[in-house]
Amino acid sequence: MVCEFWKAQLDTYLDGELPEEEARNFDAHVRSCSSCSADALSRVQMKRAIHVAGKRFTPSTEFRRRTQKSIALKPRRGFRLGWIFAAAAVVVVLVAGVLTSHYLGTQSARDHVFSEIADLHVATLASSSPVDVLSTDRHTVKPWFQGKIPFAFNLPELQNTEFTLVGGRMTYLEQTPGAQMIYDVRKHHISVFIFPEGALRANLDGKSVSRKNLPFNMETWSQGGLRYFVIGDASAADLDNLAKLFRAE
Amino acid sequence: MSGVGVQSGEFEELAMPLFDQLYNFAHWLTQNREEAEDLVQETYTKALRGFSSFQLGTNFRAWMYRILRNTFLTSRTGLRATSTVSLDLEEDGAALAVESETPETILMSRSNSQLVQRAIENLPLHYREIILLCEVEEMSYQEIAETLSIPIGTVMSRLSRARKTLRDGLRPALQKG
Repeated sequence: MVCEFWKAQLDTYLDGELPEEEARNFDAHVRSCSSCSADALSRVQMKRAIHVAGKRFTPSTEFRRRTQKSIALKPRRGFRLGWIFAAAAVVVVLVAGVLTSHYLGTQSARDHVFSEIADLHVATLASSSPVDVLSTDRHTVKPWFQGKIPFAFNLPELQNTEFTLVGGRMTYLEQTPGAQMIYDVRKHHISVFIFPEGALRANLDGKSVSRKNLPFNMETWSQGGLRYFVIGDASAADLDNLAKLFRAE
Repeated sequence: MSGVGVQSGEFEELAMPLFDQLYNFAHWLTQNREEAEDLVQETYTKALRGFSSFQLGTNFRAWMYRILRNTFLTSRTGLRATSTVSLDLEEDGAALAVESETPETILMSRSNSQLVQRAIENLPLHYREIILLCEVEEMSYQEIAETLSIPIGTVMSRLSRARKTLRDGLRPALQKG
């Protein structure tokens, strides 16, 4: 059939993806060929029908508001006011001097990571599907991560402890994929996050995390090239016990 | 204003105009309102977090869709959807031969949105997403290739198969009408 060549390119033509010269040739052909023009009309109608039918779901105003609020980290201020604050900040920085800048930078990067870990923990608990692999068996949860994250880790045996494994999920911190496990202890939920240490930019060395900056207790340590975070509203002692089980692995 | 604040404001300006369409796409993927909301929320959180790595001048829309889709694919629903779909019928081969659609011209002229919606719903995930990106979001082949991380040749062949599957799915319903 003469038109087979043209019909094979019809969708590409209608999607506006043919190179200019080919598109011109196509125009000329469609005008003179009743079979191709009927086919083109049919496909245009199909495209329109899909376009209309596909615009089906609309987010609620409440959801839009919630999302917008979550990404607007700082309250928006007027342009002029913003500059006044910026100028004031410069003065403060100059006065504070170079001596403290390194310390503040490190501290700020640390706080940023801790705050993101807290956000991830909250977002997980608020989700309708908090875990991707739902199992109390560590031998089910651990293998689930194979091929999904670029490292391996061990999960502790929980027999004769108060902790129960709920499941695990993939997560990301600073664009680095990692593992998140959820544990329960006396109706409290605890998240354990594991990331490759080298991928995180902030220097997280140091002892425990100050609670005053976070609504949760948190503990973090590095072991075997991996960075662990344990976070939850359980007591610091509970978190420490769970952390010890991980460290013993 | 802090760097974070500036970045957040810039991100908000770029990302919020995409909110409705990202939600629509998320709902089509998850086929569930709550999961779609979780997916969109997580996409915005991840995108804001990774915004410093986004290169201005590259395609922000494709970047956002790619984050949404990757997030979906690693979710429980996404893993279930991909584990039940065979991708090995693909790809890169010549586009399928096209059959005449003349009868459908008449049928589609009284097109029924619900019929089309049902047919889209019934498409396998990798066909559903490419049809939506092309026909609803009106993305170019290049944008689709960036979003799905596949070559343009694959975009064309997958799109061709998706359209054929959709037409085949619609035909019985349209013939009844």
